[in-house]
Amino acid sequence: MAEQTVVAPEIQTPNTTESTRHHERYVAPPVDIHETREGLVVVADVPGVAQEALEVRVDDNVLTIRGHARHAVPGDVIYREYELVNFFRQFELHDKVDQSRITAALQCGVLTLHLLKAEEVTPRQIEVRVG
Amino acid sequence: MMADWNHWQTLERLRREIDNVFNETDARREPVFRTAFLPGRAARRYPLINLSADTEALYVEALAPGVDPDMLNVSVVGSTLSIAGEKRRVAGDVQPEAFHRSERATGKFVRHIALPMEVDEHNVQADYTHGLLTVTLPKTAKTKPKQIAVQVS
Repeated sequence: MAEQTVVAPEIQTPNTTESTRHHERYVAPPVDIHETREGLVVVADVPGVAQEALEVRVDDNVLTIRGHARHAVPGDVIYREYELVNFFRQFELHDKVDQSRITAALQCGVLTLHLLKAEEVTPRQIEVRVG
Repeated sequence: MMADWNHWQTLERLRREIDNVFNETDARREPVFRTAFLPGRAARRYPLINLSADTEALYVEALAPGVDPDMLNVSVVGSTLSIAGEKRRVAGDVQPEAFHRSERATGKFVRHIALPMEVDEHNVQADYTHGLLTVTLPKTAKTKPKQIAVQVS
């Protein structure tokens, strides 16, 4: 399933989504994806996003991660190195990912998704008997 | 010669037009690089910080997702704030060949930040929520602004 876990639209720079209402500025969060026996683990850095402001959904085999970073610091800005903007990234899922069993956890600004392989594609050890 | 000169002028005008396009897309006219903070795998300042202040305190907000709070070390000496810690890769033992993508920067970091004034180092508070570290540094009596009453005679 390696070759299919490809990012659909890769967004490298801040961009604005097509909208008639307002400009939404977003960045693609950096992700780590690794494979385990059970499936895939997707780890994404989404600092400043609270659980209720994070949206993870699957539509038509496309996994969408969308988060709204909000953090209010009191006082007037003296010096600024970054700006908290929204996060948006999409991944195309392979057919062999069981879409009903995706679990998500958010801890310390890191989103961890577990994508399990569908039952029939879990590797099984087949004993070879010589007789 | 004159023709050559015009070519350069045309190029220059083109360059300015392109610059304008980039400026226009940014609603608030801030440099684009400010939002392009991720990923940070090159040798560079980490974590990135924002510094703000009011009359009572300085506030440093650092962008450090995925750091174990126990490994986070915040200290103040004089007017220098130090932030140190370690950002681990994923939990558990994962073979390098199991990775399909590896974009998140990991490793140990330390950053010293020169604060613009002295702070009350005994009452510094640090809070780590949603991957953002917020350090509140109260100003000392010496650096707090003083209200001066205006006498009317």
